[in-house]
Amino acid sequence: MNTNIPCRKMFTNKLLELARKNSDIIAITSDARGSVTLEDFAIQLPQQFVETGIAEQNEVSIAAGLAACGKKPFVCAPASFLSARSLEQIKIDIAYSNTNVKIIGVSGGVSYGPLGSSHHSLHDIAVMRAIPGICVILPCDIHQTRKMTKALVDYIGPVYVRMGRSVVPDVYTKNDAPFDIGKANTIMEGKDITIMGTGETVKIAFEAGILLKEKDISARIIDMHTIKPLDKEVIIKAAKETGHIITVEEHSIYGGLGAAVSEQIVQNFPVSMRIIGIPDEPAITGTSPEIFKHYGLTVDNIVNIAVKMID
Amino acid sequence: MDRIKFLKNKAIQIRKELLQMIYDAKTGHTGGSLSSVDILVSLYYEIMKIDPKNPKWKSRDRFILSKGHSVEGYYTILADLGFFLKDELKNFCKFNSRLIGHPSVKIPGVEMNTGALGHGLSVAVGMALAGKMDEKNYKVYVLMGDGELAEGSIWEGAMAAGHYKLDNLIGIIDRNHLQISGNTENIMSLENLKEKWNSFGWNVLVEDGNNIKKMIDIFKKIPIAKEKPHLIIANTIKGKGVPFIENDAKWHHKVPNQDQLKEALEILDSLLKKGLNI
Repeated sequence: MNTNIPCRKMFTNKLLELARKNSDIIAITSDARGSVTLEDFAIQLPQQFVETGIAEQNEVSIAAGLAACGKKPFVCAPASFLSARSLEQIKIDIAYSNTNVKIIGVSGGVSYGPLGSSHHSLHDIAVMRAIPGICVILPCDIHQTRKMTKALVDYIGPVYVRMGRSVVPDVYTKNDAPFDIGKANTIMEGKDITIMGTGETVKIAFEAGILLKEKDISARIIDMHTIKPLDKEVIIKAAKETGHIITVEEHSIYGGLGAAVSEQIVQNFPVSMRIIGIPDEPAITGTSPEIFKHYGLTVDNIVNIAVKMID
Repeated sequence: MDRIKFLKNKAIQIRKELLQMIYDAKTGHTGGSLSSVDILVSLYYEIMKIDPKNPKWKSRDRFILSKGHSVEGYYTILADLGFFLKDELKNFCKFNSRLIGHPSVKIPGVEMNTGALGHGLSVAVGMALAGKMDEKNYKVYVLMGDGELAEGSIWEGAMAAGHYKLDNLIGIIDRNHLQISGNTENIMSLENLKEKWNSFGWNVLVEDGNNIKKMIDIFKKIPIAKEKPHLIIANTIKGKGVPFIENDAKWHHKVPNQDQLKEALEILDSLLKKGLNI
């Protein structure tokens, strides 16, 4: 199997495999079969594929109607549009009505970096997190994405997933990618400080952990793939055992991973915290790595902040 | 008593109960609930295949109240049919009641939470698509308000229904010409509705939405052509049944006071008596 593929392609490969065995699995998209990589699905299982044209509100409501009749719909479109244009449909037809719909936002965050804020989704974690009843998941690599896709089919209830556009480096291996919804993965043990990432920032956090080790700082690295429901236990434990926490996310500093973690910290075991993310401004444009560098979503910046916090 | 007479009396009885409900709760959507009663009575007592004892029966016809604010008549009918106990209607809009001011799936028989306008048609499209995929024969009915048609998402749903040739989908517009701020044509002109829906690939029928016999006849006439969704423009009178409430946008969500309730119930009672004497 070619593993040099983006998460969205791993997702659609796995979904197609599962849909062949389960005719209730339906893929829905809004003229985004190319960007989601659903072309194979559309050709091979046309009876389980629904195209709505460029109409994100319609696709979300249609998915809710399908789910209300026993189907397992996966609504797939760019995260920027799904999480904004169709937010009311997500709130009412999916979350409030508790329909079994999986909302798959691809090319999320600043994946469409040069295209501008219209195509960025840096608010999606915040808005989805505030809607009762929706799980929020950001897988960090293809191995986790494969496991997640199977878990999504088995899980009954609304889920929002955000994936990036590009091929990303592995965090896990094919046979070692633990994934349970709501259970964070500690991918490096440590006692001096904890660094938490979600989605594409997990790898950056992990590499920062390696660099800190060379400086004799023992960093605990946590993959917070599920932001809701949040693994509170692992957060409070990290606060108690390491005393310092850094969160890193491809999202606004308001309402995302950092906010979710700090809500737990301040109410349970206050320790020093830093939130690394996108400040409250229309994000600068450029490639995704350029934007990450501009805002300090980098190994060096994390290491510098960690060293200062411990001093 | 013949069936139509029975249903007409039923519609008057439902009007009485919904007015009492709104009065007791001191909140509700009086005008639109009254305008849509005859459509709902036609569907629920005569047309739709449903089983109040088994609300989740897989082959049931589906109904979505897209104009979710007109919930009072809907709840009253569901209770009358035995989906839940009628006694519960007194909890309408009370603290922590499941009978909230817009349809809720907590109520047996309600298929989807609605309330924000412009969602119901697309949800119904999804249900109709599922019916086609599963080769089931159930029909999906969706009742929309006319003011609601200004929502762009309605037209996304209309386009999709035409595209997917959903002849198991029946849309109904409660065309009472009034929305909260006044006449629909002054707020955002909708006409020519027939041409608009036709051009989106729908079979369009126009009927008197307050005439139960005619509504039943038209529902029974469907399908008039295969491979197309059907739309009924049901011409109604907002506030129908109580003359001092009729055709007045102020009654969109005005609650009757004690004297108004008494007068309204007397008017409806006299209609009932007349009906029974016919």
